[in-house]
Amino acid sequence: MHDAATDEFTSHDSKGQYFWVWGALLLLTAVEVWLGYRQIFEPLHMLQVLLVLSIIKSALIIGYFMHLKFEKALMRWLLVIAVSGCFVIMYFFFFPDADRILRLGVK
Amino acid sequence: MADAALQHHAAAGHGAAGDYEAPLLGAYSKKVGMWLFLASDSLTFGALLFAFSYNRIYTVPWPTPFHVASITNATIMTACLLSSSLTMVLGVFAAQRGDRAWTRNWLLATMAFGIAFIVLHGMEWSKLISEGLTLPGFPGAVEAGHGELADISKNVPQFPQAFFGLTAMHMLHVTIGVIYLGVVALRKWFLPILGVIYVAGYFLIPSDNIFHYGIHVLLIGLIVASVILFLKPKDYDAHDVEVTGLYWHFVDLVWMFIFPLVYLMSTKV
Repeated sequence: MHDAATDEFTSHDSKGQYFWVWGALLLLTAVEVWLGYRQIFEPLHMLQVLLVLSIIKSALIIGYFMHLKFEKALMRWLLVIAVSGCFVIMYFFFFPDADRILRLGVK
Repeated sequence: MADAALQHHAAAGHGAAGDYEAPLLGAYSKKVGMWLFLASDSLTFGALLFAFSYNRIYTVPWPTPFHVASITNATIMTACLLSSSLTMVLGVFAAQRGDRAWTRNWLLATMAFGIAFIVLHGMEWSKLISEGLTLPGFPGAVEAGHGELADISKNVPQFPQAFFGLTAMHMLHVTIGVIYLGVVALRKWFLPILGVIYVAGYFLIPSDNIFHYGIHVLLIGLIVASVILFLKPKDYDAHDVEVTGLYWHFVDLVWMFIFPLVYLMSTKV
């Protein structure tokens, strides 16, 4: 169970930072719920704000809990660029059409 | 272990052409494999989330059926998943220092949070279905129900389709994750436990409840886990625990998008 690879893995870690990340994730969730209850933004703006908060939370999970922050740069960038690129392509397929339907009033 | 042996071999044979080549991505193969699987699975969820958001934008007015009780329930579910990620990390730490007892304990704690999530989600689904938010294929779907949710099912069918499609896919992933954790934590001891839960669920859940059919996922999980554990029995090491953790954190990650998009964007306060 204990080998050179895991020594390398644990060398940049301290348990404390994971508790901080967990606390930050809970705090961000509380902010999201507060925004949901207060409804201070109109829906499209609210969607943007919630998405930004979700992206911050996902970056914390991927970077720290999934440990991608400490992986080799090639693996880190390969994964992030590939997946983000696919999402960008999906975005350009979906949303201009949804917006067009909305503007045309098609039901 | 294999990585360490390869590194030692490389150090000893430095300069010998073709003797050893460092892994391109700097990680052992099963971890790279899991990352590739998660990258592909993220596109599945990405498509479902885009589809949900698409419906959300072009459907005017969009239903807002989630009252305070639903949001409170979903917030507790979120806290369960976030806490499960922390216990998973602690499990990986325990595995790396070779502490088998605490590895198992942290994995069981992670499973407990996962099961709490599934139970809370199941209760939420059952409540929504009993109030009329159904799909035509659901057992006991009320065709002529009354009330706010029944009206949504009739007038905005894309809402239950998107909601149940997305959350069912996620619940399936959480269930698979709990089974995966059980296999790594308890190995063959987990099989009878899973079998008892399946049989109890099958006989105790009424036949007009959607989860009477959904419980068959456990039977499939039991068959797959049995095949794996009997055909390739092994002592799961720190790498296996870490790879399991990657899958579990991914399940948590996906919920970080489902919770705001599905619940908070459809809140009625």
